[in-house]
Amino acid sequence: MSGSFEADLARCVTRWCAGATGIANAARLSGGASQETWSFDIVHPDGDIGAILRRAPSGYGAAPERAAGLDAEAVLMQRAYAAGIPSPPVMHVLEATDGLGTGFIMGRIAGETIARKILRDDAFAAVRPKLAQQAGGVLCGIHGLDRATLPQLRRMNPATEIAELTRDYHGFDWPRPVFDLALRWLADNDPGPVQQETLVHGDFRNGNLIIGEDGIRAVLDWELAHFGDPMEDLGWICVNSWRFGAIDKPVGGFGSREEMFAGYEAAGGRVDAARVKYWEVMGTLRWGVMCCGMMQRFRTGPDHSMERAMIGRRASETEIDLLRLLAPRAGGG
Amino acid sequence: MQDEPTPIELLNAVAEFLRNDIAPKISGASAFKLRVATNAIDLVVRQLELSEPRAADELTRLVKLLGENGSLVDLNRKLADSIATGTVDLQTPGLADHLWQTTMDKLAVDQPNYASYRRELEREENS
Repeated sequence: MSGSFEADLARCVTRWCAGATGIANAARLSGGASQETWSFDIVHPDGDIGAILRRAPSGYGAAPERAAGLDAEAVLMQRAYAAGIPSPPVMHVLEATDGLGTGFIMGRIAGETIARKILRDDAFAAVRPKLAQQAGGVLCGIHGLDRATLPQLRRMNPATEIAELTRDYHGFDWPRPVFDLALRWLADNDPGPVQQETLVHGDFRNGNLIIGEDGIRAVLDWELAHFGDPMEDLGWICVNSWRFGAIDKPVGGFGSREEMFAGYEAAGGRVDAARVKYWEVMGTLRWGVMCCGMMQRFRTGPDHSMERAMIGRRASETEIDLLRLLAPRAGGG
Repeated sequence: MQDEPTPIELLNAVAEFLRNDIAPKISGASAFKLRVATNAIDLVVRQLELSEPRAADELTRLVKLLGENGSLVDLNRKLADSIATGTVDLQTPGLADHLWQTTMDKLAVDQPNYASYRRELEREENS
């Protein structure tokens, strides 16, 4: 075993960051047992540098099967950064000799990620109406990344997604008739694999974007990236759970679908609104299944936390949203 | 027969203590966890208050929809299977109403402040 985490991190940083003398202010931000996010400062005579470490400590096994893996995430962020997509610069990919597990270190971007603050704080009032259109432009950039330069990732289409969600749902062994209604609708309305498969971010939503007073500053959390239908990303950001209460603004609680579509097309992309809607239904179910999965992990451990248990009780939120999508009651709205 | 206070009264007293006496004394991650904890207690209280009569209504609807008797969980399994195989769908009289009522009752316990639920509740009150 190596020394303390902070000593290992300081040793790692001084190895590749010329002039750095150590680290300071290391603070754990979030994450579960298998993945951690840390904020820290690289102490440097020319001025300290804000940094973020994302890592899976050694001793934790393979990531869940959906995850692209931290090494792939690092490459994706590097490619995104190089293509001018708002993204933190990746400074270092962890190596075995670092003794820190797997993961990477990136620059810390100032701004806000907490969705409710982005939707309610006065500081963002001026930029909020522009975010849906910006999101469309950023997504178009992500979907345009050259596949030849990207790491190996899972390939997904509606049928594979339905199969996985069905398997996960059946694994919980708890009946949720609304989930069956959604699965049935998704199978009956499956548009088939997309003609032109692209990179899909997989978790592009309010909460995974760093927002400043000038707009989107960084796209985070690439762990669900895969190849598939680009319209999936446009549907996912519209899932009601990511509107954080601002339910009449479908794109992340900050704007309209039309604004996002305009941003996407202005950047050179083509929108298929019917597919976007299809993926919104899929995404709503997906988040519901993920909530049930949290509850499962709470029961079976190792993460026996109250927070996970309570997220299990949010699956019903996706049931009402699925009913609003698939069986709306008279009167609209 | 268990004596008073009732489970609901006990839980409310605990939640009140956590909110009034403990919350002001802590901050950061612990404060966040405490909010989750008091939310969990409130959820259990709502379930104790609401779920018994509503579960009875759900069972009555399921028996009518499926034409057979059984426990709540067994009939829900049966309904889920019937929807999955297509023997029951949104054209089946009573299915949409049943799913809506059951889901609204779940939300009343789980997340009564969820915006979609508030919106649908207003719609029911206005119609």
